[in-house]
Amino acid sequence: MKPAPFEYQAPATLREAVDLLASDPEAMVIAGGQSLMPLLALRLATPSLLIDLRRVPGLDAIAIDDSGIRLGARVRWRDIEDDRRLETAHPLLRETIAQVAHYQIRNRGTVGGSLAHADPAAELPGIAVTCDAELTLVGVAGTRMVRAGDFFTGPLTTVRQHDEIITELHLPFWPSGRRWAFREFAQRRGDFSLAGIALFYGEDQEGRVANAHVGVIGACDRPQRLMEVEALLNGRFIDEGLIREAAETSARTVDPPEDLHVPAAYRRALVATLIERGLRSAAQHRSA
Amino acid sequence: MIGTNRYIGSPVERIEDLRFLRGRGEFVGDLKSQGMLHAAILRSPIAHGRIRGLDSAAARAIPGVRDVIAAAEIGAVPTIPLRLLPLPGTERFLQPVIATGRLRYVGEPIAVVLADSAALAEDGVGALILDLEELPPVADRRASGRHEILLFEESGTNLAMTFTGVLGDAEAAFRDAPYVRRECFEVQRHTALPMEPRGLLAEWDSTQQRMTVLGAAKVPFFNRDTLAAMLGLAPASVDLIENDVGGGFGARGEFYPEDFLIPFAARHVGRPVRWLEDRREHLTAMNHARQADCEVEIACRRDGTILGMRGEIFVDLGAYVRTNGLIQPRTLAQCFSGPYRVPNLHMVVRALLTNKTPSGTYRGPGRYEASFFCERLIELAAVDLGLDSAEMRRRNLIGAAEMPYKLARLEPGGAAVDTECDSGDYGEVLERCLAEFAWEEKRTLQGRLIDGRYHGIAVACFIEGAGAGPKEAARLELEPDGTVAVYVGSAAVGQGLETVMAQVASDTLGMPIDLVRVFHGSTPYLNEGYGAFASRSTVLGGSAVYEGAKSLLEKIRGAAAARLGGPPDDIELVDGRARTRDGRSLSFADLAADGLRVDAMFQNNNKLTYTYGSAVAHVAVDLGTGQVEVLDFLVVEDVGRIVNPLTLHGQAIGGVVQGLGGAFMENLVYDANGQLLTGTLADYLIPTASDFPRIRAIALENHPSPSNPLGVKGAGEGPIIPVGGLMANAVGNALASFGAMPNQLPLSPARVWRMGAEAPMENLGKNARAEPVSDAAGPGRSQIRR
Ligand SMILES: Cc1cc2nc3c(=O)[nH]c(=O)nc-3n(C[C@H](O)[C@H](O)[C@H](O)COP(=O)(O)OP(=O)(O)OC[C@H]3O[C@@H](n4cnc5c(N)ncnc54)[C@H](O)[C@@H]3O)c2cc1C
Repeated sequence: MKPAPFEYQAPATLREAVDLLASDPEAMVIAGGQSLMPLLALRLATPSLLIDLRRVPGLDAIAIDDSGIRLGARVRWRDIEDDRRLETAHPLLRETIAQVAHYQIRNRGTVGGSLAHADPAAELPGIAVTCDAELTLVGVAGTRMVRAGDFFTGPLTTVRQHDEIITELHLPFWPSGRRWAFREFAQRRGDFSLAGIALFYGEDQEGRVANAHVGVIGACDRPQRLMEVEALLNGRFIDEGLIREAAETSARTVDPPEDLHVPAAYRRALVATLIERGLRSAAQHRSA
Repeated sequence: MIGTNRYIGSPVERIEDLRFLRGRGEFVGDLKSQGMLHAAILRSPIAHGRIRGLDSAAARAIPGVRDVIAAAEIGAVPTIPLRLLPLPGTERFLQPVIATGRLRYVGEPIAVVLADSAALAEDGVGALILDLEELPPVADRRASGRHEILLFEESGTNLAMTFTGVLGDAEAAFRDAPYVRRECFEVQRHTALPMEPRGLLAEWDSTQQRMTVLGAAKVPFFNRDTLAAMLGLAPASVDLIENDVGGGFGARGEFYPEDFLIPFAARHVGRPVRWLEDRREHLTAMNHARQADCEVEIACRRDGTILGMRGEIFVDLGAYVRTNGLIQPRTLAQCFSGPYRVPNLHMVVRALLTNKTPSGTYRGPGRYEASFFCERLIELAAVDLGLDSAEMRRRNLIGAAEMPYKLARLEPGGAAVDTECDSGDYGEVLERCLAEFAWEEKRTLQGRLIDGRYHGIAVACFIEGAGAGPKEAARLELEPDGTVAVYVGSAAVGQGLETVMAQVASDTLGMPIDLVRVFHGSTPYLNEGYGAFASRSTVLGGSAVYEGAKSLLEKIRGAAAARLGGPPDDIELVDGRARTRDGRSLSFADLAADGLRVDAMFQNNNKLTYTYGSAVAHVAVDLGTGQVEVLDFLVVEDVGRIVNPLTLHGQAIGGVVQGLGGAFMENLVYDANGQLLTGTLADYLIPTASDFPRIRAIALENHPSPSNPLGVKGAGEGPIIPVGGLMANAVGNALASFGAMPNQLPLSPARVWRMGAEAPMENLGKNARAEPVSDAAGPGRSQIRR
């Protein structure tokens, strides 16, 4: 489990990093290394050149304003956990990120790395899709923005071009008073979950659900919103009947892979359980 | 004890830990040697096939790659002998140290690349070009049993060995029994997974024609002799050195192909060679364990008295019979009934070859599996007969008055391999365990739904046959600095051997423990040694040290008496000084000049010690996720005599956690092509420190072993043994209203979820009591004759 030989560079500017990446089709970016290093060690990835983003300025900030939250690509999980402003600015994000992996991994794993790696069970991509976030990508041809819902195309695959570097994730403004929940299940704490759900909604004057967003991770080949469930919830009062209905709809609409650990039927049922538990807890708590 | 010390029985902190906590442990990965090359091994990528060709030109061309060794370079390729149970017929199925044409499992060594760094050696492995012919694999024991595709054509069979365990007349017992039940159960393939994978550093001294191998573990002396024979050297020309070892659990330290290949490579190139196994190769190269399934039956009286057990068990042995590969099937046949009085038993165990990694012993080999099968049967019978789980066991435990109690007669083997439970009051420990747990109160939780989770409790009893003989060696020497050097043939695999041996020696000699230094495992220390397996080190090594210390004590007294005058009997040893009645004394340092040393050999005539105990657990099952939470787990065992309550407690808790890994998580999954799908620790789940926080263990010393002077019983494996059966029964009881049948391990989330999801609605709320059926009870059926 020793990586195959590779060159290493840590450029000082984003421009340089992009140019290096563009110059070598076998080059790869490295950020926290928490997904890439195991792939290197197992020789499942054998890049010719590693381009380390650690010296590139301006990628490590968490900016909060009226338009929402901007997470630099090199923001680490623990930076999100440590940022008390996020308790109100984005409680769903903060709570979810606290469930990523283990302490040691949260100390190094980054926003950009997680988005680029695109594990179908990863938490941040799930939040990005559920919240309609937008990614900023910088390549030789310039800068472009991609909606999270369009970014992920399958397990470990995205629309990112080889020469593009993710610089930022923009999460839309989180109004106060939202109801929300994040639920996931893994057999051991810290493992990638077998499935997870994130949801939030507002309420109209009478207390009916408005603007419901419901997303799943781990239960499809990429993070997804469950539009049918959202449509079912919007305009209705949350009660046990609706919760059951939403749970059943969610189980029907996800398309889980069969894998080594669990059959697809289990994952469907698990999503239903998590939706049910998530909706129940959301109905009881409201964010400040 | 003889002296005034009281180290034995006290929670002496581990002497080893000071070194480990300061980062001064010395594991193989810490060792380097001048001019050392690094080895990496090309392993078979296919489960079954033939090597048509191996092209090493590209690998050899890599700068820094120094050599490539395959079967051709070795010449006559030796096979690895069996260390235990070398029964006739097994010689047909031994593993060659390197593939000689035929490939029989993914991970089988094909070639060794030597290079200036481990990374370069891996580059070399990557550049080797293999030409393979694939053969259809024997993917499981069912395919194996059809004998259509054979792993060894010459033998004409895939059946490596059949063991039969017999007591009484099972046929008659079943014919007349008022109640019988038959079931199928299955334990999955899993593995010991020590924290530190294997590693070896071999050094060849060409002028002296001597081989030194560092990284030995468990059985260095046996491995020394084996290696010497393979290399054509005298045993005295080969030294195996034991360094710190990060866990063994039965798997590490056996003689594997690499134990030949690395020393051979060092001699071949005339330079030291180090190989450090990585976790990925560990998972296919190291012994697997436990895979067995069965169809077994129980016969009882209506009051729950067990009349008999019988059935057939199949072990999926993997591709070869390895050094200790027959221990698991043997134990399944001989010890199926555990601590229970089963007067009539007939258990046939067939060990079948498949194209998978070969298997070997893993903590509680065969016993964990047997306990799962047996405890499930007993639980189902209790349910059918309307008896409380504890009462059912109470009625069937071997009684104190029945000691010593003979277990089943084994074939092949016969009287020569008979074994008997040595001493104890099994019922007493069961009652203690039940009382401590408040069984009667907790029974009301059985099957109840509380806050969305179903609660279940269960109880299981176990015996741990341990302290396998025949003997162990020790030497004690009084050193010029007044310390005592203790050399023992036992091996340290992380269990705290130094501490325990120092406790025994210092109590016996009446000297402070920090003046005792313990040396173990490495072959230069002693002429012979037997190592660490079957929880034997404290039993045999400890007894050897005790006997040696007693002899040394006599020598010291004699020497002191000669110098100080008076009879030796009047000399007392206190605090490292020899003292006369009238208070004149000599220090041990003064006496060392007399060259005081003793050799000791402790023999136990192959009498095993039997630690026994009971365990209870309380679980909560979330059917929404399939997750089982262990709310309480208590194990109570009688180990005869406690040398060190701290290290013993560690064994108990660690054993339980490891057993819970097997019960809930660990699973080596193969596909139909014989490819291992769980090739990293991301997929092969093991329990971590935070997964099972609520485990309690109580150790008792009620009934010392009659077969050694310390009265100790082997105690490294007991608490793992009942875990699988206990968890299955607790989950089964929690989900009784669903008719749940947890008959397969592991109890993974998907499997547990399915027990709820698939329950027919009409079963809800109804106790799954078996109804009388036709005369012949098929699998899953019970039969109560009225
Ligand atoms: C034991 C373990 C458990 C884990 N559990 C979880 C979990 O439960 N949930 C979870 O979400 N994650 C989990 N992870 C993964 C972890 O969160 C990773 O840190 C994260 O997915 C990747 O971030 P990184 O900074 O380490 O990326 P790296 O490993 O450095 O890179 C990952 C990939 O992203 C690319 N990349 C990195 N940065 C950029 C960028 N700015 N632009 C373009 N490409 C880029 C790299 O080229 C590489 O392909 C776990 C990891 C481990 C080892």
